Amino acid sequence: MATPTPRVRLPAKAKKGEVIEIKTLISHDMEMGTRKDAEGKTIPRKIIKQFACTFNGKEVFKSDWQPGISANPYMAFFAKVNESGTFEFSWVDDDGSVYKTTSKIEVA
Amino acid sequence: MQQGARPAGATRRRVLAVGALGGIVAALAPRLAVAKPEDVAAAIKKLYGDKKISDGKVTLEMPQIAENGNVVPMTVSVESPMSDADHVKAVHVFAEGNPLPTVATFYFTAASGKAVCSTRIRMATTQNIVAVAETSKGELFTGKTEVKVTIGGCGG
Repeated sequence: MATPTPRVRLPAKAKKGEVIEIKTLISHDMEMGTRKDAEGKTIPRKIIKQFACTFNGKEVFKSDWQPGISANPYMAFFAKVNESGTFEFSWVDDDGSVYKTTSKIEVA
Repeated sequence: MQQGARPAGATRRRVLAVGALGGIVAALAPRLAVAKPEDVAAAIKKLYGDKKISDGKVTLEMPQIAENGNVVPMTVSVESPMSDADHVKAVHVFAEGNPLPTVATFYFTAASGKAVCSTRIRMATTQNIVAVAETSKGELFTGKTEVKVTIGGCGG
């Protein structure tokens, strides 16, 4: 499978103290470990098990995922912003890889 | 085992092999079986023991009927002031009819602003989805919703 591509959408600007919505999406099969291939062999589990978002280094939102999360996991949540800064997003795969991306926001 | 009880042509080795295979099948079967409401109750008990869990404050927004069990949108929201002193710390989501009773856990902070999040989950069959929220004060709240699933989404 191609390297998972993370995508994040959030407003570029916000007022101080505003609660903004952040939408994230990453391409990933989220192989659940119960499916079988054509030969009847079980396909091993390979999912993203953790997602985290920090703002200027401080934790905002975190989530642990089980195989019950759909392929190409979508995660939307909120954040209260009091200052300009950078959101950092990370997805941790079962195989230990970490996929990362960042987004800046300007707070007036 | 009595000699006469064996099927014709069955050697001791073959009988043992069949027995061993049966054992493997039996060992695998529980893994593929779906969770039951009791499994969800057990999973919640493992997390929080016998602590009191009140109904309410937790809302699960999901379609009443999901045609495709592979992708069922879900929005969890918890009523909370989300201040430093009083905010929702964690929300655990369970499925009563999936192969695994646990679906996801969401961890909020005061910086989240709102204890609301959305994702998409897999559902094997028509079942209840249960959410349990834990606040920073240690209170526990729960909410659940039933979703009818036309085509299950858990492989098999």
